[in-house]
Amino acid sequence: MTSIQENKLLKNAISRLFWLLLWQLAALKVGKELILPSPFAVVKALGRLIVTASFWQNTFTTIVRVLSGYCLGIAVAVILAVATCSNDLADSLLSPIIRIIRATPVASFIILALLWMGKSNVPVLMSMLMVVPVVWENIVAQYQATDRDLLEMAEAYRLSKWKKFRYIYVPSAFPGFLAGCLSAMGLAWKSGIAAEVLSQPSLAIGSNLYYSKVYLETPELFAWTAVVVILSMCIEKLIRKWLFRGVGHENK
Amino acid sequence: MRISNLDFSYDNKQIFQDYSLEPSDGVTCLMGASGKGKTTLLKLMAGLLKPDKGTVDMDNRRVSFMFQEDRLLPWLNVRDNVLLVTDREKETDQLLEELGIDGNLKISELSGGMARRVALARCLMFESDVLLMDEPFKGLDEALVKKVASIIIRQNKPTIVSTHSLDEVEALGGEIVNL
Repeated sequence: MTSIQENKLLKNAISRLFWLLLWQLAALKVGKELILPSPFAVVKALGRLIVTASFWQNTFTTIVRVLSGYCLGIAVAVILAVATCSNDLADSLLSPIIRIIRATPVASFIILALLWMGKSNVPVLMSMLMVVPVVWENIVAQYQATDRDLLEMAEAYRLSKWKKFRYIYVPSAFPGFLAGCLSAMGLAWKSGIAAEVLSQPSLAIGSNLYYSKVYLETPELFAWTAVVVILSMCIEKLIRKWLFRGVGHENK
Repeated sequence: MRISNLDFSYDNKQIFQDYSLEPSDGVTCLMGASGKGKTTLLKLMAGLLKPDKGTVDMDNRRVSFMFQEDRLLPWLNVRDNVLLVTDREKETDQLLEELGIDGNLKISELSGGMARRVALARCLMFESDVLLMDEPFKGLDEALVKKVASIIIRQNKPTIVSTHSLDEVEALGGEIVNL
């Protein structure tokens, strides 16, 4: 390990320790576990949770729901972006709708979706709905920024529409696609969990967050929140790693 | 090929007014100071720009255009950049070898002169009857200018080249048109 890496690790450790200490001091000052549990109480609650089978069932089901919504969202965003970029009519039809979806509060969608479908599908739909505008917008913006010189070269050499799409538009839009996928991951998690809290399907982290609040089990509430944060960070790291491998392949 | 009574303006600047030219079937070298319209004239002949008035008649001949910038795709290697415009793999490999470029190199690994030769290879490999070349020798040293000029002459096609250098005109042995 280089000294720069060691320095970075040390800084990270100090920063984490500082926030934990601050949390502990605040918990001591408040003095009520119901309002603000200490880090130790949260770790204890987490310890109690992870030894149960239902913890893993809840966690696994939530991961499947959020990732399903995320992947579906990416697929839909790519299809809509291709349609938007290749056809002016599709652009004028889709652009306002996607912008409205982006601006609408997720809670409104959740309540509407609860009227229309089974509650276990609502988190999938919400994750998908939050992913679509972000990925779509990034792809379209990069497509519109495609190098005009390369397009003129394609015109001069009479490249077919397919070659232009495959060799100019797709590689040009790819960085936007990657950026969109990365920033959409956090949104997929937040909206998926929010939908679980409001719809309370049988196996879900969000349902457990809700029950912890109802039964005033604040340490459990914090423990489930910590699980969401850790999962979100781990999955984002995995996706980043996978996507960057994709970039390497594209540039070969 | 004939350009007749051409008018063309860009950004409210009149570049050509009632301009006519009948290039020969050999090599024609367009010379003139920057901003005189050499690139514009080549682009008009390639059909990339439309004249405001007058006609550009290329006798339905297919043209290959070498841009002043290399305009290579950075995500493809040298060979794939050339094969983008042709299916003739064997001839592409031979030409790249003659130009001293390894086809497997990435575009980011090329020097200015190497990238220019790749752009030249792409222009020459494109199936065409006429070559339009905008400063094809930019960034090449004297020895390479001679080598590239001999390859261009060997194509035996009507060729119109824009250049600032009399040495390049001499290497190509073409007629000069001053703009």
